[in-house]
Amino acid sequence: MRDYIIKRLILLIPTLLGITIITFFIIQLAPGNPVERKLQLEEGIKSEAITKEIVEETKRLYGLDKPIYVRYGIWLKQIVTLDFGRSYKDHRPVIDKIAERLPITITLNIISIILIYMTAIPIGVYSAVRHGSAGERASTFVLFILYSIPSFWMAMILIFFLGGGEYWNVFPVYGILSPGAENYPFPEKAADFLWHIVLPVFCLTYGSLAYLSRFQKGSLMEVLREDYVRTAAAKGLPRSKVILKHALRNALIPIITILAGILPAMIGGSVIIETIFSIPGIGQLGFESVLARDYPMIMAIATISAFLTLIGILISDLVYVLIDPRISFEGRS
Amino acid sequence: MTETKSVGYWGSVWRKFKKDRLAFSALIVILLLLFVAVFESMLAGNKPIVLKYEGHLYFPVLFRYSEFFGTDFKELRGKLGPGDFAVFPPVRYSPTENDLNSILNPPSGEHPFGTDDRGRDVLARMIYGARISLSIGFIAVGISAVIGIMLGGIAGYYGGTTDFIVSRLFEVMMTFPVFFLILTILAFRDPSIYNIMIVIGATSWTGVARLIRGEFLKLRKFEYVEAAVALGGNDFRVMMKHMLPNALAPVLVDSTFGIAGAILVESGLSFLGFGVPPPDPSWGDVLSQSQRYVDFAWWLVLFPGAAIFLTVTAFNLLGEGFRNAIDPKFTGN
Repeated sequence: MRDYIIKRLILLIPTLLGITIITFFIIQLAPGNPVERKLQLEEGIKSEAITKEIVEETKRLYGLDKPIYVRYGIWLKQIVTLDFGRSYKDHRPVIDKIAERLPITITLNIISIILIYMTAIPIGVYSAVRHGSAGERASTFVLFILYSIPSFWMAMILIFFLGGGEYWNVFPVYGILSPGAENYPFPEKAADFLWHIVLPVFCLTYGSLAYLSRFQKGSLMEVLREDYVRTAAAKGLPRSKVILKHALRNALIPIITILAGILPAMIGGSVIIETIFSIPGIGQLGFESVLARDYPMIMAIATISAFLTLIGILISDLVYVLIDPRISFEGRS
Repeated sequence: MTETKSVGYWGSVWRKFKKDRLAFSALIVILLLLFVAVFESMLAGNKPIVLKYEGHLYFPVLFRYSEFFGTDFKELRGKLGPGDFAVFPPVRYSPTENDLNSILNPPSGEHPFGTDDRGRDVLARMIYGARISLSIGFIAVGISAVIGIMLGGIAGYYGGTTDFIVSRLFEVMMTFPVFFLILTILAFRDPSIYNIMIVIGATSWTGVARLIRGEFLKLRKFEYVEAAVALGGNDFRVMMKHMLPNALAPVLVDSTFGIAGAILVESGLSFLGFGVPPPDPSWGDVLSQSQRYVDFAWWLVLFPGAAIFLTVTAFNLLGEGFRNAIDPKFTGN
């Protein structure tokens, strides 16, 4: 197993390199560099010559006067020592800004993933076992609708009805804590936090939930047709035992591996949802950095989120091997 | 003697598809949307479709007339003589026509879907948004299908080292936080409708590529392909003429879901302000306006969101219908 993990970790390197190269070239080759943009934003009016001089000087300061492949080399050398540089916007170290924001996004997404699996699996089992019944048809229909509702529309609808406009004012729609809640004792602070994240977490959850429960249903229905399930039923085991013990265990395998596929989508979802609900997470930071053309921030966020996705894929592959005795680490190299 | 005509592969797929009522109604919804998109200027606008004025017939929607340069056709209506007439589109507002006297009006007889914060008619904007959403959906998916077929075809046809290298490229694309990448590219290039199509297309080809790769790996071993190669057909010809037609069915399914995905991404981008540049109308753009007036302007939330939702659902249902019609495994369900 150790060899397998090491091999997989080594294979992460070319993928990460590919991602950083693509991102680096896209943002660095684009017209309109951040220095000019920053000056436009901050200075306003100044004579052409002075502006040009400042631009050149600032470019030198940030190393933007060197050719692009040299810049990528420099960037890569710094990354190896975990130095992501400083933000162009406020000169704070990029790593500090990300460290502030990343835990919030990871917390929200982990809560969301737990909720997805806790609901998708029972719904999937129910739909597979009761396939064709009125209840199953209704739930399948509702899930299909949920799957097609864009998360930003859902967010706006929820804010409209539950966020205190003309209708109910049930949930806060701004940030993750009430003003002043930083100083609350722990239980109140936790409650306040949970209160704030109800709507955003719901928006992050329902789409993947619908997708996964459909997937779980299909996978369980396939397994239920297998011979060994019929054998288990034929030897007189109660139906619940056949389903939960014999069929479900095998039907769970594909649903675990699919986690890898939804991770990039969850990061994309975080950008929109965090922006709508003003949640100070990595998604909102990413959006702000893109607006400000903050090269080091964008590079760091793309690299870190790609890295986290790859780790997620690795974990789901490991779980896959651990729960399915038919697959060995040696066979999956 | 009557000759029974063979329906052929696509004929039998169509026969099966027609029986699926849900998918068939989705197809009708899509055809209606296409109709709206094609004839948008006949459905909404402040210029008459046909105008008879002082004995001459004019078609102001189709052509520009120098004699009407700068004419307000609404005023002209009052000045029509006997025998003159003007046929206006059913919605008498252009999507870019500001009216500061009717800002943020709720739906009424005059404006069935209300007006936005510049007094523009929401229904007119939605009608013109259909063309933008659909053309982005179709063209982005066309681009991604071409890239996917080429890369997947090369990987599956040649196998070996080529396959290994191209597969690493798939892996890079699949772990990319694609939405963040699209956002970055659009922030650094100008977000014209063409750039949006290209960017969405260039980042969403992995599904098609993997399908084609799998099919080609299988087909490569078929005797008829070997025969085609042995007869001296060059690689490109064998791939495009002999193999591709037999691998196209799953691509059709994937592309239909892809259109839904592309429309969703486009509206998400417009919602964040990175979509089609103003004043061009887009569903996501109308919805993003609702963020500022969410405490009362429900019509800015409801209509554009419902349009996105309906379109996405229709394409998802159509894709599902295609899949059921194509895949013999699903006939039992």
